[in-house]
Formats: sequence, C-alpha cells, structure tokens
Amino acid sequence: MSATNALETPTFLVQKLDAYYGSLHALRGVSLSLERRAVTALIGPSGCGKSTFLRSLNRMNDRVEGFRLTGRVSLDGQDIYAPGTDVVHLRKRVGMVFQRPNPFPLSIFDNVAFGPRIHGTSDRGRLRELVEHSLRGAGLWEEVKGRLNASALGLSGGQQQRLCIARTLAVEPEVLLMDEPASALDPASTARVEDLVGELRSRYTIVIVTHNLQQAARVSQHTGFFLSGELVEFGPTDRMFTAPQDKRTEDYITGRFG
Amino acid sequence: MSHALQVALEELGRDLLRMGTLVEDSIGRAIAALKGRDVPAAEAVIADDDRVDRMEHEIEARCLNLLALQQPLGSDLRRVGTALKIITDLERMGDHAVDIAKVVVRLGGQPLMKPLIDIPRMAEVGQTMLREALTAYVDEDKELALSMIQRDHEVDHLYGQIFRELLTYMMEDPRTVTQGLYLVFVAMYLERVADHATNLGEWVLYMLTGERKELND
Repeated sequence: MSATNALETPTFLVQKLDAYYGSLHALRGVSLSLERRAVTALIGPSGCGKSTFLRSLNRMNDRVEGFRLTGRVSLDGQDIYAPGTDVVHLRKRVGMVFQRPNPFPLSIFDNVAFGPRIHGTSDRGRLRELVEHSLRGAGLWEEVKGRLNASALGLSGGQQQRLCIARTLAVEPEVLLMDEPASALDPASTARVEDLVGELRSRYTIVIVTHNLQQAARVSQHTGFFLSGELVEFGPTDRMFTAPQDKRTEDYITGRFG
Repeated sequence: MSHALQVALEELGRDLLRMGTLVEDSIGRAIAALKGRDVPAAEAVIADDDRVDRMEHEIEARCLNLLALQQPLGSDLRRVGTALKIITDLERMGDHAVDIAKVVVRLGGQPLMKPLIDIPRMAEVGQTMLREALTAYVDEDKELALSMIQRDHEVDHLYGQIFRELLTYMMEDPRTVTQGLYLVFVAMYLERVADHATNLGEWVLYMLTGERKELND
C-alpha cells in the first residue's frame, strides 16, 4: 500500500530534501508524500531529524542561523521555498503545536483570537464565533466557556495544550504539525489530545512527531521512521508496527537500540 | 529489548514445547491403546486431556499479560500472536487424541479386523510434524516450517489408502462394518491432527516473515 491515497492528491510532496545546520547534515535525501486528511507519525531516536523535517514543512527552520536546505517541498503543488513565498500566510495554512504548551500571557479569548486578529479579522461577532468554534474543535469549550476572560496561564497543562491547539485552529489551517504534543502531559490529558487528533483528522492533514511508539501506533495511519537524517522506512502504520520491512526499523521498534 | 521481555519470550517458548510434548504423548498413547485394545490406557488418555486444557489457559493468560505489560511490537508481537494461535491448534490436536481413545473404549476388547500398519504410521508422521513445527518456532527455522507441506501430503495419501482398504473389508464382510467405521474415524482424526500441525507451520512462517501463507491444500 503506497503512502498516497489514490483518491486524493497528497497535501505535501517532499522530494529529495537535504537540510543542513551549518556543516551538520541533518536530513539526507528525504522524499515522501503526506496524505490529505490523515495522520502521519514520524518516529525515530533523538537527533534523527524528525523535528527538523517537521519544521521544514512550515519554514520554522528559517529562523535558525546557518540552516539551509535543497530539494523540493510542495504544498498543494506549490514549492513553499520558492522566492517570494508569503511565509506568514504559509504558517497560517500550516499550523504548529509544540511540546510545551505556550499560551500567551493573555485571556483565553485573546489567545485564540490573536491569530485571526493578526490576519485581519476585527469584527467582534466574527471573532466570538471563531473563538467558540476553535475551542470546541480543541475539545476545550465546555471547560472554559464561562471564563473566557480569565488568564490562560491559570489553565492546567492539558488544558493549555488544548488551548494552543485551539489557537492553531482559529486561523483555519489545512495542516497541523505537532511536535511531541503530549509528552509534557499526564496520561489522562494525553488520551484526550490523542482523541482530539483522531477527530481532527477528518478535516485536517496532521503530522505528529513522537518518541512514544504506542502513541504513533494509536493515532496515525502512516508512519515514517527516521534515523541519522535518513527516512529509513515509510508505510501504513499497521504494517510498520507488526511487520516492518527494514531491519533498522524492526530493531528500533523492538527496543534493540535507541 | 527489555530483559523482562526477553525472559518472558524464552519462557513462552519452553511452555509451548511442554504443551506440545503432552499432546504428542497423548496421540502416541491413544494409538498404543488402540493396538493393544487397552481400555484402561484409553481412559487415562481421556482423563489426562484436562492437563492439556489447563496448559492452554495458562499460556493464553501469559500471552495476554505479555501484550499488556510489555507492549511488544514487530517480530516480538508476532511471536506472541503466533503462540496464541499455536495453543489453539495444539488443544484441538489433544482433543483428537481423546477422540481416538474414545473409539478404543467403544471397541471394548474386541480383536482388530486387520493388523494396524498405516494408522500407526499416520500417527507417527503427525507426531513428527507437531514436534518439528514447535522446533521451528523456537529455532526460528523457516525451512523446517515449510517442510510441513510435504508431510501433510504423505498423511493425506495414507488416509486415502486406509479408507480404500477398510472399504474393501467392509464390503466383503458386513460384520466388520462397525469396527471398520470406527477405524475410518481414527484415520480421519489423524488426518485432522496433521492439518493442525500444518497450521502450526503456517503460523511459524508468519512469525518469521510477517506474511500469512496457506500451506494446506
């Protein structure tokens, strides 16, 4: 079974991507496609390049001094590294959620409304709609609807992470990039975030980096295994975890190294 | 992999061999009882089937615990899944030994209508297949697992031979029909034993390759 859904074009097509931090060759000839409205998990030991790869999908690596890449990263057929690309607009379409929740020191409402305001929405009614819709999408609305003006910093860790997801959803992205979104959370919050990923995938293309193999197995349809900058294996999640094709993948998932 | 998982998988292999030995032994004892028309020996085989059933439940519980506590993946996961399937086939093979023993009880001490040659031969092949399939599991031997096909053909061939021969006897002398039918049943149970042993081979192949492949005709 190929990584591409035969019925829909992939959201992202990555071709022969090489990335460098100065002289450090962080990604080596990576090629893959990310299926639309599906969850793709990226696994591999620390330093394997999976986070570098993730950040290459919305040009977050641009901010790192000495970073450069070659190859092609296309979003809906358009090269996102082409000169003249509107990077702000790119990051609206391709949102990101990080390992540590990072709510702004503002109210819950203002956190979620922040993105839409920046992108030009000022109508109060429209903002209220967006905020409610996003908080519902993140599974947080019922818990916070009575205190939208309270500081976001007063929320629990799990709630803060869902707030960050709501914040990302508020700008109506197509793709959600998640870098270890649950590793700072307790098991109950982790389960809620995983359920949320399951619900969101009917509307968004999701890429999740995780070091938790069982989590990757639970939430994703496709999985890519990275090792030393190389994409060693990419395929359907069920196959990857029951009968991987490459011995390095087998050794990693059975805990023989890494 | 974790030391705990490694130890658990080794113990699992030893348990499977133990269960296999019990079943192989039951088959042998049932056929010996048939040859000797030994009803008490047959009754002992029937009673001892409890031990086989107990082992199945113990190993099953061990496997489920392993899955829950160790969350094995890849070939380790397939090894545990294969063990779960193997014990089911072994338990059924044990049941067929009981079926044969029940025939011995029903025949009472009556003399056999003909010397038993092909039936014990079928049983021997079945026992060998069982033993080798489990060896293939523990030793991760793909070729040995594949060799089940050839032996299964041999058993099928013997079954056909026995059937035709007993039919001839029964047609010539209607007084032999009752015993003849029972002996056909015995041959059928042994043919089933060989089929189950072939399943064991299929599962070992799955464990080693990740592919499900039919070995039975």
